[in-house]
Amino acid sequence: MINGVIEWLHATLPLPGWADWLWWLVVYVAASLAVLLGLLVIIAFLLLMDRKVWAAVQMRRGPNVVGPFGLLQSFADLLKFVFKEPLIPAGADKAVFLLAPLASATFALTAWAVIPVSENSWGTWVVSNLNVGVLYLLAISSLGVYGIIMGGWASNSKYPFMGSLRSAAQMVSYEVSIGLVIITVLLCVGSLNLADIVNAQKTGIGTSAGLPGSALDWHWLVLFPMFVVFFISALAETNRPPFDLPEAESELVAGFMVEYASTPYLLFMLGEYVAIVTMCALTTILFLGGWLPPIDVAPFNWVPGIFWFMAKATFVFFMFAMVKAMVPRYRYDQLMRLGWKVFLPLSLVMVVLVATVLHFGGLA
Amino acid sequence: MALTAFFFYLFAILAVVSGAMVITARNPVHAVLFLILTFFNAAGLFVLLGAEFLAMLLIIVYVGAVAVLFLFVVMMLDVDFAELRAGFIKNAPIGLVVGGVVLAELVALFAVYGFELGVGKTLAAAAPEAGSGITNTEALGRIIYTKYVYFFQGAGLVLLVAMIGAIVLTLRHKEGVRRQSISAQVNRHPAAAMEVVKVAPGQAIVPSSEGQG
Amino acid sequence: MNQLLLDYLPIVVFLGVGLFIGAALLAAPFLIAVRNPDPEKVSAYECGFNAFDDARMKFDVRFYLVAILFIIFDLEIAFLFPWAVAFKEIGAFGFWSMMIFLAVLTIGFIYEWRKGALEWD
Repeated sequence: MINGVIEWLHATLPLPGWADWLWWLVVYVAASLAVLLGLLVIIAFLLLMDRKVWAAVQMRRGPNVVGPFGLLQSFADLLKFVFKEPLIPAGADKAVFLLAPLASATFALTAWAVIPVSENSWGTWVVSNLNVGVLYLLAISSLGVYGIIMGGWASNSKYPFMGSLRSAAQMVSYEVSIGLVIITVLLCVGSLNLADIVNAQKTGIGTSAGLPGSALDWHWLVLFPMFVVFFISALAETNRPPFDLPEAESELVAGFMVEYASTPYLLFMLGEYVAIVTMCALTTILFLGGWLPPIDVAPFNWVPGIFWFMAKATFVFFMFAMVKAMVPRYRYDQLMRLGWKVFLPLSLVMVVLVATVLHFGGLA
Repeated sequence: MALTAFFFYLFAILAVVSGAMVITARNPVHAVLFLILTFFNAAGLFVLLGAEFLAMLLIIVYVGAVAVLFLFVVMMLDVDFAELRAGFIKNAPIGLVVGGVVLAELVALFAVYGFELGVGKTLAAAAPEAGSGITNTEALGRIIYTKYVYFFQGAGLVLLVAMIGAIVLTLRHKEGVRRQSISAQVNRHPAAAMEVVKVAPGQAIVPSSEGQG
Repeated sequence: MNQLLLDYLPIVVFLGVGLFIGAALLAAPFLIAVRNPDPEKVSAYECGFNAFDDARMKFDVRFYLVAILFIIFDLEIAFLFPWAVAFKEIGAFGFWSMMIFLAVLTIGFIYEWRKGALEWD
């Protein structure tokens, strides 16, 4: 899609030979800006949804003052953050202290360079359709831990330090099961490309029974235990409740963010929410058929794929919000037990099981 | 190609500079952060060579796992660096000898093989043909588990040794820790845990002999 | 210019734009917001007293053990990726080769479990 735009620009407004890369740069900067700003606006509303869902579960109204139904609440919050006084603690390591939130937000945002949101005759709707898209996302999610460790260490204060240690151990523990779950999906697909993973879900249980392509073909049904493990691990990986021990209010005040104020704090929050939305998108791609319509028949497959993608990702985010509202927080030893003694063996066994079925079932 | 050269020099220079910062930074945590920057630049160089799978693995394994361990160690040890610096002169001769030996080996290798044979051909053999439709990862997958099976199993054994070694070296159990046994909790039966007592008005409850608590 | 670089250059551009947005947000309050620090504001957070000592204390060796075990399992997953991708081509030999590899690591995992390295106390 992007290449088409570049070619069109070259054809209509030819540039001299030494500057023929200029259109390429302009188009990619524009595409990146569009993706990032679109993402940030969507996150502003998802954040509001998170708060509204939480409020509704507790029989409150939630934010309802700024704009109709409180729709502009997140934008008001942004303005407030920008005008707050930025504080840097006296004992802090200033450079690392400011680098931490920046790294946290930037790494999280960078994940969206490879996430395909739709596909049609124009091509795949993505900034860069990497061969190793899944590995890239795994790498980005493993970098998420740095913002937290750096922030906790640089603050030079007890609560942030403990929060960041907890968080680091927690994130690495659940990354193992996330990796193994992704392996089971890859065994069924045979490619690391995210668009290939979605397209592999066009056929499956439903189509082999003679039905038109539908939600029954997606991986969530064949790999249901893995879908559940992935969802829960994604909660732990993004420090969401019930695994929000790094910022458990009753124990650590606000964990690694205690010393942060103003936009450095905002960037941490932003990084966290972008990581959550990335996990929702990844769940959609791996298990919920990405941009594929729930039933591949007339009224549904007229709808553009991006709508289905966003609807599914929003649904996963709604699940994240409901879990936050309903489930009490884990204790740290329970959290580690769940990661190492339940999810790790379970997903390891599932990898072997899926491989065995594919190998001996003649499906490979 | 000018762009490739530009990125090569950018990554190479940044890698060397941040590598130098690793050993000159006064603060050990800063040193680890520079090490991470070095890893990123090395990953960039891998991408320029066409080894995208290795580039991603370098980030996942070295930046995502090994450097986290380094940070833990550096943060945990609380080392007195003035003392370490005092040991620098004492250990310098050994360091120089080891460095000299490694340098001599590299020079010898270079003298024997040179660039054409040693580097150029290996790289050409490793990268899949452009346009053949085989990705880097798949090309690796086709040979690791079949052609190089002994090395692969050897790697498995090394990992096993590392796992056992880490536990033997670091695992210390605290005394007197009461752990939660979830299966015991779940299997607990109401009959064993509580007792329903009918209380007649004006009378005290006389506890039965068992089931206290 | 090969195809691989054309795949990765957009990511560099994307990273640059993302970094710019982050840096702009980070710099904004330093430029426009009130800055009026005093010793109480910039002191480390504590429960009503000044911190007794440096906050970067020694911590449990168990965090280190978790990190080491994570490296080992991460490497195992790294070996699984090319296997999963090439699964259809490498046949029975590749399948059993990986099963032996996983069996060796499962022995290690059982050892860990029995030794109590996965307990958190």
